[in-house]
Amino acid sequence: MMAILQALRIPGLALRGPAAERSQRLAGVLSCVVALVLIVFLALPLSAILGKAVTDQQGAFVGLAQFVEIAGGSHFWHAIRNSLAVSCTTAVIVLPLAYAFASALTRTAMPGKTLFRGLALIPLLAPSLLPGIALVYLFGNQGVLKSWFPDGSIYGFWGIVIAEVFFTFPHALMILITALSVADARLYEAANALGAGRLRQFWTVTLPAVRYGLISAALVVFTLVIVDFGAPKVIGGQYNVLAVEAYKQVIGQQNFPKGAVIGLLLLLPAVLSFVVDVVLQKRQRALLTARAQPLVPARQRWVDLLSVACCALIAAGLLVILGTAVAAAFIKLWPYNLAPTLAHFDFDNMDGGGWLAFWNSLKLSGATAVLGTATVFTGAYLAEKTAAAPVARQLVKLLAVLPMAVPGLVLGLGYIFFFNDPQNPLHFLYCTLGILVLCSVAHFYTTAHLTAVTALKQLDGEFEAVAASLKVPFWVTAWRVTLPVCLPAVLDVARYFFVSAMTTVSAVIFLYTPDTVLASVAVLNMDDAGDTAAAAGMATLIVLTSAGVCLLFGLLSHGVRRRTQAWRAR
Amino acid sequence: MKADFPVTGTTASELLRTDGIAKRFGDFSALSGIDLSVRKGEFLCLLGPSGCGKTTLLRIIAGLEAPSAGRLFMQQRDVTRLPASERDYGIVFQSYALFPNLDVAGNIAYGLKGRREDKQRRVTDLLDLIGLAGIEKKYPAQLSGGQQQRVALARALATSPGLLLLDEPLSALDARVREHLRREIKALQQKLGVTTIMVTHDQEEALTMADRVVVMNHGVIEQVGTPEEVYAQPASRFVADFVGHANWVDAVFSVETGVQVNQIGLSLQTLPALAVGQGALSLFIRPEDIVLHAHWEGGAMGEANTALADIEKIELLGGFYRVALNVPLWGNLRVNADVSRGDFQRLRLSPERRVPLTLPADKLRAYAKEDTGFASGAAA
Repeated sequence: MMAILQALRIPGLALRGPAAERSQRLAGVLSCVVALVLIVFLALPLSAILGKAVTDQQGAFVGLAQFVEIAGGSHFWHAIRNSLAVSCTTAVIVLPLAYAFASALTRTAMPGKTLFRGLALIPLLAPSLLPGIALVYLFGNQGVLKSWFPDGSIYGFWGIVIAEVFFTFPHALMILITALSVADARLYEAANALGAGRLRQFWTVTLPAVRYGLISAALVVFTLVIVDFGAPKVIGGQYNVLAVEAYKQVIGQQNFPKGAVIGLLLLLPAVLSFVVDVVLQKRQRALLTARAQPLVPARQRWVDLLSVACCALIAAGLLVILGTAVAAAFIKLWPYNLAPTLAHFDFDNMDGGGWLAFWNSLKLSGATAVLGTATVFTGAYLAEKTAAAPVARQLVKLLAVLPMAVPGLVLGLGYIFFFNDPQNPLHFLYCTLGILVLCSVAHFYTTAHLTAVTALKQLDGEFEAVAASLKVPFWVTAWRVTLPVCLPAVLDVARYFFVSAMTTVSAVIFLYTPDTVLASVAVLNMDDAGDTAAAAGMATLIVLTSAGVCLLFGLLSHGVRRRTQAWRAR
Repeated sequence: MKADFPVTGTTASELLRTDGIAKRFGDFSALSGIDLSVRKGEFLCLLGPSGCGKTTLLRIIAGLEAPSAGRLFMQQRDVTRLPASERDYGIVFQSYALFPNLDVAGNIAYGLKGRREDKQRRVTDLLDLIGLAGIEKKYPAQLSGGQQQRVALARALATSPGLLLLDEPLSALDARVREHLRREIKALQQKLGVTTIMVTHDQEEALTMADRVVVMNHGVIEQVGTPEEVYAQPASRFVADFVGHANWVDAVFSVETGVQVNQIGLSLQTLPALAVGQGALSLFIRPEDIVLHAHWEGGAMGEANTALADIEKIELLGGFYRVALNVPLWGNLRVNADVSRGDFQRLRLSPERRVPLTLPADKLRAYAKEDTGFASGAAA
């Protein structure tokens, strides 16, 4: 332990720069603590996967034998081909849709932008299982639109693709909105003045500016699909994909090494897209100059009308899927008896975990929001605003972006391998709600961290220097200035943690026990047991809770802004 | 180049001293061999182009950055290794760094300790001092740039520090406000007698505000002197170029012929102290020091340093004209001369005219060509 602390260069042990004072020393120690937490709950579990992948079931070292064995089976190559097919098809469908939607929101003067934006983000509130369930009700064996996919053909390729389109649409949309909203009006004015037509402007001005956003969105969609096992589990039927294969190996056959190998394979596309994204973002930044003039879209009747029609169509599609799941939850027996009922919410009399699952999920989400927000902001503050313990701070920055490249499924696997080991002093965490909280915090760390860093970077970099010259210790400034100014971002991060923990299945599926079963897991289990209506009910409950929490945080945030508008005014 | 700063009086009047301060970032040397002595109560300006190391030096003095070598003394005490919070200074940044969520009173009282009434009284006093009484309850976002700047100044002065550091405090303001605040800050500094170090890249600011100016370039001090010394007797080519406008004339020197331009002799009041007989020189003269004559008078012809010049261009720069001239006699030498509006009318200058021009011997200074390291012993 001491060796680690020394390696992290605790101030006081290593005298560099202005020597240790109390406030600096505390900052250094805190930085080391955050770095240590990230190592234990992120880096070590991930390295545990590597270790597991090169052993056999008895734990003996076998080198790459597991890889060779898996690569030998045609079954495996089949799953890879299927995974690639589904991921690519989804990306090809989602990108044009999201691009059309995003450009309507950012580049036209159409009415109802806020409404459309809100509708488009709805899928974020639901677990990835929900669209699968909805598709069963729409096109399945008893579906109302069964004839569209005859003979149960929805169970398989197309079912997965449609469900994933629903699930990934808001992710692609958000990236493209960001890319499209950084337009420089001066470029369009110049193009107009030079007599370039609309098509030419699109090819020469718009596309070059958003190409990084497009690539980034495509990669995100591809990765989300290839590592998701919720949708294929529910609607995939016999269509085998890698993510489900990993799940089956670990949960079904208790074959941990094989699960680890597949987990590592799933890590590849995620890491690749992460690296590409980092490189692209560096280039993207260079495109923007401080002197860019914001583009204010002008009213154009036909364009606006077309945009509304297009957005309405897409939003309707999303609403139909969500609405079907919600409706199914309240209908007695689809499609024979459409009488309304609450019978499907009688979870305690069904397999899957009952109401306990829902209360557990609330606890998990609440704890994740509190613990996650506190850790993320402490880490981001120390990394950005203090100067002590440089190595530890660098480590925090580095580890904080790692979860982005790690699919939940892989992180969950790492957690079992690491904490299931009786030799591990932290073994006592295994089988508790605590480990689910820690895993969820780690899983969603990056996005939260980046939000916090962005908020902190908007603060004047000299606040800490001024405070030091006035002999005020850093925590006073953090409490009196930094935190109040960042409050909206704090609320944002807390909401993000809550909703993500509420809807996630991938990481926690390996870690729950009958006592710590979660709502999203219950959806999966009830669907597995054939209780599709109850699964729809639980999924609906998750959506409602997420929506309620978003509303609550929205109101809070609004209240904060109103109370502080005196000093926020520009 | 070793700076020729005047010998300070007794060390008792010295507030701050740097001893061979250096700062390296990897292979890049941001500062080297900075020896500087700051007297109690003086207004010192660190002047130089961006990247010259002036801000780094200020941050080292503030304890926000650690020097790679050298030592720093405040009141004879070695503070090189002391953290910012244990040094005695107040600081104003270019961005002011006012806390946006605290009102003016909260900002000014941020570093104050003690009873609330005492703090309130101090805030009121300071606001009176900076001429902004009654704005205690306003937030920074509700103030103009100039007001924010003064509030930041009040916050820095609230704890009555022995040293005030100003990091480009005026560069974010528009020209009119800047000029007004220059006078105000200077007056305030004189009234309080607080030792002040200001970083700026604006030579006009440095010349108008400072008691002494430290001109820096590429991490070294080029010259330390009063504004008058720095302007009239620049210690190096760089200083001459950076502060004010300069005309440069290529010349050669030999013991036999003296200083020659295009083989025509020129006289200088102070000759370069050249050890060797031969040398290429650069002669320096300010545009406003060049004298133009209305007529070619017989007597003037014999006068040294006078020749006929063709007017190539005339530019009105507000209060004066800048006249671009070409002197055929000195090898088509091109110089700029600044002429006041009154003189301009008296001389009846117009393009394509020929006018006699004199380079006064007492205003010409000689430097080694391309700044090879020696300058004329320019003691006035």
